[in-house]
Amino acid sequence: MTAISATPPRSETGALRAALPHIAPFLGILALAMILPFVSNDYWALIGTRAAIYWVLVSGLNLIVGFAGHLAIGYVALLTLGAYTTSVLVAGNVLPPVPVFAALPIAGCVGAVFGVIVGLPALRLRTFYFAMSTLGFATIVTQIALAWQSVTGGGIGIVGPEFPAPFNTAWGYYYLCIGFAAFTTWMSANVAHSRFGRALIAVRDAEVAAEATGISKPRMLIAIFLFAGALAAIAGGLFASLQTYITPDAFTFDLSILFFIAILIGGRGSILGPMLGTIILTILPEIAAPLAAWSTFLYAVLLLVIVLAMPGGIAALLDFRNRRPLAANRAIVPRPAALGDVLRKSAGGRTLKLRGVSLSFGNVRAIDGLDLDVAPGQIHGLIGPNGSGKTTTLNVISGYYAAKAGTMSLGDDELPPGMPALRAYKGIARTFQTPRVIGEASVLQNVMIGGTIEGQATFVEALLALPRNARDERMLAAKARALLGVVGLEMLADVRADRLQHSELRFIEIARALMLEPDFLLLDEPAAGLSSDEIERLAQLIKAISKRGAGVLLVEHHADLIFDICDQVTVLNLGRTLAAGTPEEIRVHKEVVSAYLGA
Amino acid sequence: MLASILASGLAAGAIYALVGVTYNTMFSTSRVMSFTAGQLAMLGGVFGSMFMLKLGMPIWAGLLLTLLGCALIGVITEFVAVRPVLKSLDQHLYVLSTLALALMIQQVAAIKWGTEPQPFPRLIGLGSGVWDEKFWLPVLACALTILSLEYLYRRTLVGRAFLAIAEDNFAARALGLPERNLRVASYALAGVVGGIAGFSGGELLLAFFANGALLNFYGFVPVALGGLGNNRGAIIGGLALGLFQQAANFLVGGIFSSVAVFTLFIVVLLAAPQGLFGAATARRV
Repeated sequence: MTAISATPPRSETGALRAALPHIAPFLGILALAMILPFVSNDYWALIGTRAAIYWVLVSGLNLIVGFAGHLAIGYVALLTLGAYTTSVLVAGNVLPPVPVFAALPIAGCVGAVFGVIVGLPALRLRTFYFAMSTLGFATIVTQIALAWQSVTGGGIGIVGPEFPAPFNTAWGYYYLCIGFAAFTTWMSANVAHSRFGRALIAVRDAEVAAEATGISKPRMLIAIFLFAGALAAIAGGLFASLQTYITPDAFTFDLSILFFIAILIGGRGSILGPMLGTIILTILPEIAAPLAAWSTFLYAVLLLVIVLAMPGGIAALLDFRNRRPLAANRAIVPRPAALGDVLRKSAGGRTLKLRGVSLSFGNVRAIDGLDLDVAPGQIHGLIGPNGSGKTTTLNVISGYYAAKAGTMSLGDDELPPGMPALRAYKGIARTFQTPRVIGEASVLQNVMIGGTIEGQATFVEALLALPRNARDERMLAAKARALLGVVGLEMLADVRADRLQHSELRFIEIARALMLEPDFLLLDEPAAGLSSDEIERLAQLIKAISKRGAGVLLVEHHADLIFDICDQVTVLNLGRTLAAGTPEEIRVHKEVVSAYLGA
Repeated sequence: MLASILASGLAAGAIYALVGVTYNTMFSTSRVMSFTAGQLAMLGGVFGSMFMLKLGMPIWAGLLLTLLGCALIGVITEFVAVRPVLKSLDQHLYVLSTLALALMIQQVAAIKWGTEPQPFPRLIGLGSGVWDEKFWLPVLACALTILSLEYLYRRTLVGRAFLAIAEDNFAARALGLPERNLRVASYALAGVVGGIAGFSGGELLLAFFANGALLNFYGFVPVALGGLGNNRGAIIGGLALGLFQQAANFLVGGIFSSVAVFTLFIVVLLAAPQGLFGAATARRV
């Protein structure tokens, strides 16, 4: 840690240099947008303004669709809502008239509230249900706009808000909208590159692992639903002003499709891609005028082609860095000695106790009255034949299953059954039998996920890139890099995780779990699929971790590894303890030898 | 007024229920919810009006060709939007591919057929007032469809094969069932059910391209209420939805009926995510 924090000035310019290739395309697009007025006419002012307004909406929606992976197909409804709210407030046909710059934030608040309401099903159900709820919302908003004549003017419509000088000319308004677009780009990029953005991707691609690191999915999603809803409604206000007069016909479902497809064409988990997608889709019908009537059909064909042929979208095409080949015969060489620089010594001193824990699936008693003590600073092996309840025990401890009977405690604290997202706060971290990493994120980002709950900054601080968020980021990145050094993967820090080998994924999971500086580490068959050299290095690493004071519960099939490093071993059979004791006692235990180890 | 609510509610409910069954039929063999379900029902109305009013065919020919056309669209759905993404079902790409196909169908209908609602011919010319055929035809069609489906699933070998695949895809394949062909057949069947929904409801909903998106939502609500893949749940949910919607429509007015339906949808999803008749979720870890 000292080595990293000693040279902040140099690392800051270094960070700027590292970020430049990422920022350059945005600056390029902004520069092009700024010179557009000098090379074209008012017609292009309209197109450019429209693209900028669409992007204000899409930049928020992108966090929902591209990052969180929820398919919101009806976001035109929030655009409609914002357009009518702003227009009605400015026109003053319900309340006294409000100046337009006050009406926009009010519309943003209304949009934020409805963004959450529409998003509620996404908290419990994925994909099709959420797609349907946004589609349903889009249908009813148009119906309401048509029918609520006293407010919306019904089919006749209502005058859009007018902006004061200097924004009342075509190019003045264009610059205003470009300003909004640049601001929302900046905000959404801040979120995307903060722990919140990473957590969204984690919930999308590795939900179970995200829970184990303490990420609360509802809180995360509600934050971005608020944000995206507000942006969509503000975009609606700008849109209404651009239209000068709005009727329900102005908000066709085709617009919704444009927003949605722009993100998918752009690629998941990217900001530049969807931005290019929005610009392309806005301009496309204009330069191919005869196709205008078929534009939705065109979008749909594009969508189908993207889904079937290039799921990565534009972002994957632009991702040159991850096409460089990796060294073929690379070896993982952990440096357990460095662990002391990263992790403070666990002061815990608490014992993880299970008493009489039982759980059945239907008629199968997976665990049947299990007692287990894992002491801090000890490696506790859990072995047994297939189906004896080892992994189920881990899942009960980490809260994925709620035990039907029995108690769990950590020191004097009771561990509530279920509630996996609370385990990280109690200092319990784990790995999984099949590694659950985010393939589309870099190795470093995967490890940083593990420290999500250590961040101090709130969502708003991350949104505005306030100092506390920058401090969180520096702390998490430095710690993750150091831990990658400990597990021997620092060379691969910036590589996409799905390009790695299976054994490397196992070590990533361990590094991610260590981000929490856990008091207890649950390892589910960490040696499965590893070579004998790698198992040897894994053993050294696990020993070093327990020496730092953490209790390790190790589920394994490799008997050699268990007997080599464990202080205590519990043998399970049919959900019950068959034997418990030191490795020496277990090795000669008659029943264990006959039931499991073999002669 | 009660009679009007009952008549229009049951009629609309029967159409929603049939669209729900269309969703379920596709889902059972492929685990895919397809956005083309509502479009199939829309096409049932558009094809019917086209064959009988534009081309002047008799009812039986119009019905036959409509169902054939819808079955064909169902099969196309399977080939274009479902089969290529089945390998990675967990990524939910089917949501996008079927949405894309549904949009194409809707756009072609809008351009080739027109964006105005067009009349659907009177099929039998029986009844008036609340006993008008436009109210009881969908209910009758729904009842007949359910009875035929029950017969198919319970009494015929093909139907049992459908059930086997719906229950356990891998085991069914291990038994040597032609899973791929059965899936194509189930999509054709779904097309027919959707076509029946649109055809029988044609006099009520007219031949209108925008019905597709509407029925996509209103047909999905009973599925969400009743639980995925549960036909009985979809029928009960569909009829209940129709009555609820029409009651709200008559009592408090049009806008609030759609708000009420949407609220109901959200509340039920939050309270019982697996639907009122659905099964619990699978293991996650």
